[in-house]
Amino acid sequence: MKHVTRKATRQVNQNEGLIFEKSSPGKAAWKLPPLDVPEVDTAELLGSSERKDLGNMPEVSEIEIIRHFTRLSTWNYAIDLGMYPLGSCTMKYNPRVNEVVSRLDGLANGHPYQPEKVSQGALRILQTLSECLIEITGMDAITLQPAAGAHGELTGLLMVRAYHESKGAPRKKILIPDSAHGTNPATAAMVGYAVENLKSSARGMVDVAALASQMNEEVAALMLTNPNTLGVFEQEIHKIADIMHAKGGLLYMDGANMNALVGKVRPGDFGVDLMHLNLHKTFSTPHGGGGPGSGPVAIKKILEPFLPTPVVIAKPDGTLGFEYNRPRSVGRVRAFYGNFGMFVRALAYTLANGPDGLRQTTEDAVLNANYIRKGLEGVYDLPYSTPTMHEVVFSDKVQAKKGVKTMDIAKRLIDYGFHPYTTAFPLIVPGALMIEPTESEPKEELDLFIEAMKSIAEEVEEDPQMVLAAPHTTRVSRLDETAAARKPVLRWKPAS
Amino acid sequence: MRYLPKSPADREAMLKAIGARSIDDLFAPIPAEYRLNRDLKVPRQMAESEIVDWFRERSRENADGYATFLGAGAYYHYRPVIIDSLISRGEFLTAYTPYQAEISQGTLQSIFEFQTMICELTGMEVANASMYDGSTAAAEGVMMAARLTGRHSVAIARSVHPEYREVLATYAHHQGMPLATVPFADNGRANLNALDKAITPDTACVLIQSPNFFGTIEDVAAIADIAHKHGAMLVVSIAEAVSLGIVGPPRQADIIAMEAQSFGVPLGFGGPYCGVIATREQYVRQMPGRLVGQTTDRNGKRGFVLTLATREQHIRREKATSNICTNQALIALMANIFMTIYGKVGLRELAKHNLAKATYTAQQFGKHAKVLFSGAPRFNEFVVQTSEDPYAINGRILEHKIVGGLPLKKFYPELGNAALWCCTEMTTRTTIDAVVGLVAESGRSKSPKEEVDIQEVVR
Repeated sequence: MKHVTRKATRQVNQNEGLIFEKSSPGKAAWKLPPLDVPEVDTAELLGSSERKDLGNMPEVSEIEIIRHFTRLSTWNYAIDLGMYPLGSCTMKYNPRVNEVVSRLDGLANGHPYQPEKVSQGALRILQTLSECLIEITGMDAITLQPAAGAHGELTGLLMVRAYHESKGAPRKKILIPDSAHGTNPATAAMVGYAVENLKSSARGMVDVAALASQMNEEVAALMLTNPNTLGVFEQEIHKIADIMHAKGGLLYMDGANMNALVGKVRPGDFGVDLMHLNLHKTFSTPHGGGGPGSGPVAIKKILEPFLPTPVVIAKPDGTLGFEYNRPRSVGRVRAFYGNFGMFVRALAYTLANGPDGLRQTTEDAVLNANYIRKGLEGVYDLPYSTPTMHEVVFSDKVQAKKGVKTMDIAKRLIDYGFHPYTTAFPLIVPGALMIEPTESEPKEELDLFIEAMKSIAEEVEEDPQMVLAAPHTTRVSRLDETAAARKPVLRWKPAS
Repeated sequence: MRYLPKSPADREAMLKAIGARSIDDLFAPIPAEYRLNRDLKVPRQMAESEIVDWFRERSRENADGYATFLGAGAYYHYRPVIIDSLISRGEFLTAYTPYQAEISQGTLQSIFEFQTMICELTGMEVANASMYDGSTAAAEGVMMAARLTGRHSVAIARSVHPEYREVLATYAHHQGMPLATVPFADNGRANLNALDKAITPDTACVLIQSPNFFGTIEDVAAIADIAHKHGAMLVVSIAEAVSLGIVGPPRQADIIAMEAQSFGVPLGFGGPYCGVIATREQYVRQMPGRLVGQTTDRNGKRGFVLTLATREQHIRREKATSNICTNQALIALMANIFMTIYGKVGLRELAKHNLAKATYTAQQFGKHAKVLFSGAPRFNEFVVQTSEDPYAINGRILEHKIVGGLPLKKFYPELGNAALWCCTEMTTRTTIDAVVGLVAESGRSKSPKEEVDIQEVVR
């Protein structure tokens, strides 16, 4: 390995067993206050429903728990440690003030069923965030209820279906481009729609002629990601919208890539009828190792009667409240009102930015992606030369000749102190390297990333075996995923 | 903008490197007619101190410092401080889904421990991590049963959380899945005769909740027998996870769909919470959501990976077991730390405190009002019927900074002036005695002696 990493890597090699392996009877990390009501006879109260034993639950002390999870945490990469260029995931900085305000007592301890009279603070947050998101998307109304992007898609398609039913028939199909996220077709199936694939053009965009020929009165909606998963803005978006609308169809926008648009262009202005946002992408709420997310759905007026219940309204006395009586609603998509804690964070982010900050954020995100594209063009194959917005997709075509695939390059990138980009997606690019830097990266970090990627390209030429064996600096080397799936071990069991 | 790490000179240098004259060049692909040539109409950029102040105001408008007797699927339990210390570590907070196992072992191992503890507590063989919440977990559990049995309808107990039932109705509607509702008996449990009649040869599963919405523990064994006799599965929803410390788990169930909010997750006005599905090993390939499995690396070292991904949307697309992608990982970590803190002994003691508080409160209420469904065991919730409208009672209680039980008129009009009350280890005897006195006030004219007691309590 002649190439030196200039960025620090960090992988703690301290061993840490499973918590169950540290447990022993009599250790405890809890203490309850003295019981101020009479003790109860559990056997008498619960009878045969009583549980006597909690099996292999652990018994450990507080310091052991602190060390256990702290040690585990050091085995994770994170945005706080450096660039996390996962395409389509928008791994941006998660501001800490968001965490502070979401933990204020009245917000963190508010019960969803407490009277509206003493919930005005929470309702005002719901209303203010709704107003901001409606303005940002250029839509007319919104529901904050969906718990994640895919849940937003589900909610959106339920509204699509209710809309068409109100016109006579739900229609049969949803058109989905071949570059789409897997959640799109999976969602369509859950709402009882057939999926029809829409081929991309040679420029990586919707083939407008093909769309025109595939669009008919059986199609309920087109689910379009814009910019799409190649990071390309659908330049003929107005034609796409017109084709859909001419035959009575709706245009659904997957807002996963909204980080490329905020403050620069509004989907509502270019013909989108409904869309979801991912607050955990564009609006900085933390990914937390896979969630929680939040997937509000913004809609045009024609869909308003179908919004999930409840909806926040201003009451005649000027206070805010929930409206449940909405006979044409698609119903409820989850208990209570959605991932409220994420609304607090997303609103704090919006307030910290203001209109100027939101625009600058988008500009920086697009600037960063183009800078990487320029830096790596010629080193990695660029299958689509169409202009890049917030992310850029290369392929492993050059490196594959040496037997090195996108996943191998990704694993080697770990040794250089970076999280890998998204591998093998979108499906229309064989061996894809999908890179989304977001606005959160300084020029220095981008330069280090470009340098690392160039260095890996050289290594592929000089010593492909070394790249194939990467990562070399992590606590564990590549793991046997085939064995894990063939004979799944999904829980710890005591040695017998 | 303080989150953006670039100087004007950096931006200039980068544009130059790209070969762009200005940033506008990079937005040229957007048709000019759609470009926004004005500021967004959102509040101006605020300083951090202003943001904190704005949310403090909102917090104060939100029952800050009130005691509560609300449960009904969202429970106020104590959250040990180390939960937030640990989940605030950037390595947990700011990491993505652990697709790259070599640099995600922290998240992966902790999920493996979570899966193990959920299995221990529920008596199931496998558990995922995680679903959005208890309501969507229940709906997905039912869909899973439909896939496993090849049947298409569901019998659902009316004693399941009303909002969970609404969510299931939304999910089931477009799957062509008829729902039959099973009434509850006088003891608050699902009516077994009615259940037996409600199951048809096309019933994929029976969905119950235990403890149910009224706090009553269902006779899971009897219900399982009835469901299985007809070839249907049993899906059990658990909304109050702390009950598992002292209530026997529904081992006879085929699928358990739970809400883990009680395990160290703040009430947070209804979310984010943490749904979980647990089941038997033989059904794992029809299970939705992420699973972590143990394996080894090239040197034989133990490690963990996301596994059985062929069930999931990014591989199977329209044939996936669910469209779920982002889940509630960080909330599952909260629950994980909570379970680790209380563990084998603490969780039972904690549940016992809940049981004792609720038992005492129900006894006190019983002196002035009718406590319904006393014929079956309960955990930490119970239904109180009063002569006075519970909304009026709650209005009076609220002036004392106490939020009363949930009036049930909206969900169960047949129960009349009834409300669902909940006590946890956080409910103090002082508050209980005060609130019982305030509820009793409606009968004040009848009993002058009681009036004196109440005033003493309130004071």
